[in-house]
Amino acid sequence: MTDVVTPTPTPVVDGETSKRRGWGWLLLVPGMLWLAAFFMFPTVQLFFTSLYDPAGSYIEGYAMTWHFANYLDAVTDTWNLFARSFMYAGITTVVCLILGYPLAYAIAFKAGKWKNVMLVLVIAPFFTSFLLRTLSWRAILADEGPVTSFLQTIAILPDDGRLLATPIAVIAGLIYNFLPFMTLPLYASLDKVDYRLIEAAGDLYSSPFTGFRKVTFPLSLPGVVSGTLLTFIPACGDYINAELLGTPREYMVGNRIQAAFLTEHNYPLAASLSIILMLIVLVMVIVYVRRAGTEELV
Amino acid sequence: MATATAPAKAKPTPAPAARSGRSPSRWLSDHFVLIVGIGVLLYTFVPIAYIIALSFNQPAGRSATAQFDSFTWNNWSTVCEPAGLCESLKLSFGISITATILATLLGTLMAFALVRHSFRGRSTSNLIIFLPMATPEVVMGSSLLAMFVAFGFDGLLGFVTIVIAHIMFTLSFVVVTVKARLTGMDSRLEQAAMDLYANEWQTFRLVTLPLAMPGIIAAAMLAFSLSFDDFIVTNFTSGQSVTFPLFVYGSKLKGFPPQLFVVGTLMFLVSFVLVVAVELWRRRRPNI
Repeated sequence: MTDVVTPTPTPVVDGETSKRRGWGWLLLVPGMLWLAAFFMFPTVQLFFTSLYDPAGSYIEGYAMTWHFANYLDAVTDTWNLFARSFMYAGITTVVCLILGYPLAYAIAFKAGKWKNVMLVLVIAPFFTSFLLRTLSWRAILADEGPVTSFLQTIAILPDDGRLLATPIAVIAGLIYNFLPFMTLPLYASLDKVDYRLIEAAGDLYSSPFTGFRKVTFPLSLPGVVSGTLLTFIPACGDYINAELLGTPREYMVGNRIQAAFLTEHNYPLAASLSIILMLIVLVMVIVYVRRAGTEELV
Repeated sequence: MATATAPAKAKPTPAPAARSGRSPSRWLSDHFVLIVGIGVLLYTFVPIAYIIALSFNQPAGRSATAQFDSFTWNNWSTVCEPAGLCESLKLSFGISITATILATLLGTLMAFALVRHSFRGRSTSNLIIFLPMATPEVVMGSSLLAMFVAFGFDGLLGFVTIVIAHIMFTLSFVVVTVKARLTGMDSRLEQAAMDLYANEWQTFRLVTLPLAMPGIIAAAMLAFSLSFDDFIVTNFTSGQSVTFPLFVYGSKLKGFPPQLFVVGTLMFLVSFVLVVAVELWRRRRPNI
């Protein structure tokens, strides 16, 4: 989350000096303790779990043998799941950006007095349970459903072709569910862009495309960065769309982690998969944020 | 998501009238974006329309699926009939309300500390707050479960462990949202209050808190919706308890009762009305 907060034009008596020294940092303590106890500690412990001897079991307990081979096993078993997860999440992020950008742009610059109404409408569909929305897609994309029938009628899809239980359905579900995570940061960022700058580009004879490429888009970059992160990260770890809209052929790494933990109780395997997923995502995020040039996180 | 509250201040909107004299192609390209935007918006409502329609469906089989078989009001009068459905809703409300209150409280304190006070280790704190947002839910859920099991809590999995987990992953979103509001606030207003002989507590209660309130409310709403709708982390930390998302998921094997779609429709309507009410309430207040 890059900081998409309005860079206040208010001539505050300089941000730093208005901050008080003293014991104010104590306000941070309860929340930090919570994160330390229930986020950081479990993550470290998960790392240790990933090194247990896989010969143990959930009931008898595991022996700590610094069994780094767990990682090798995890990767050789499931590299295709990782590849698929990142591919699906990548496609999802790109399509969400393509869909979310015009929407955010329209709200920020074109909606006029309907701005707030449109914002509410962006969020409204997502108040209904995530699972019910995914079920709804299951009905829409079903074999006898409207989309499949239509595509069969216009012969894009063969008569026995299907959408449900294909990668298309899973990716469509991911796109739909993470779209607001893209739209809202984009909107917050675009809303702060001074429209006169965009007009100035036009006045200086730039084509709309050049104006967009050289003025609007660079100014909205913080929103693009936070939007893509907020879409990509949860999409990588999601397993509901793959489970409800796909088949085991479309399963993502999340499905494997969930099964290893909750069904097979193979904790070392599940833990090493989780750690690998977390590390890859973290490295991607860091590289991406660096390259995008927005240094300040959160 | 967390940034939805940022646009707090009005900015000079481009006057559309000034553009009416320009070429028709410019007019078209202007409206092209708006038309695409509205198109995307309509697309996001398609599944909602389906959910509303399916809430009136009398399925031929025992599971509500793709086809609309025949119209009925029945599902609406028998919402609680599927065993466990209303219990799961009750549990979800209890968990989300508890988690929202605590996360909003802890997160608001953290945001105040980060924006209003200087101390060493601020960037480390920011990083620690950012990390949960950069961690896939499946990792957070599994690590918490591993910890609860290692400490012999597996028998206690349920309400308390779910609330603990929900506070953990909503906290960062609360901090970011409240921080956005606090950073955009004009601290001269508080200085003015102090100049007018308000003491620190009075300044906080009468100036700072009301100014921060829109951010705090937005954060609480965000925390509630994240918590209420969460499936992945809850699935790991729930033990035998069944929240509403878990109930929906669990119906996969038994067949989805059509009453689920009644609940979905209600969720949409109630939250829609709530959001509109908050928006109207915000408008009545002077824009700061």
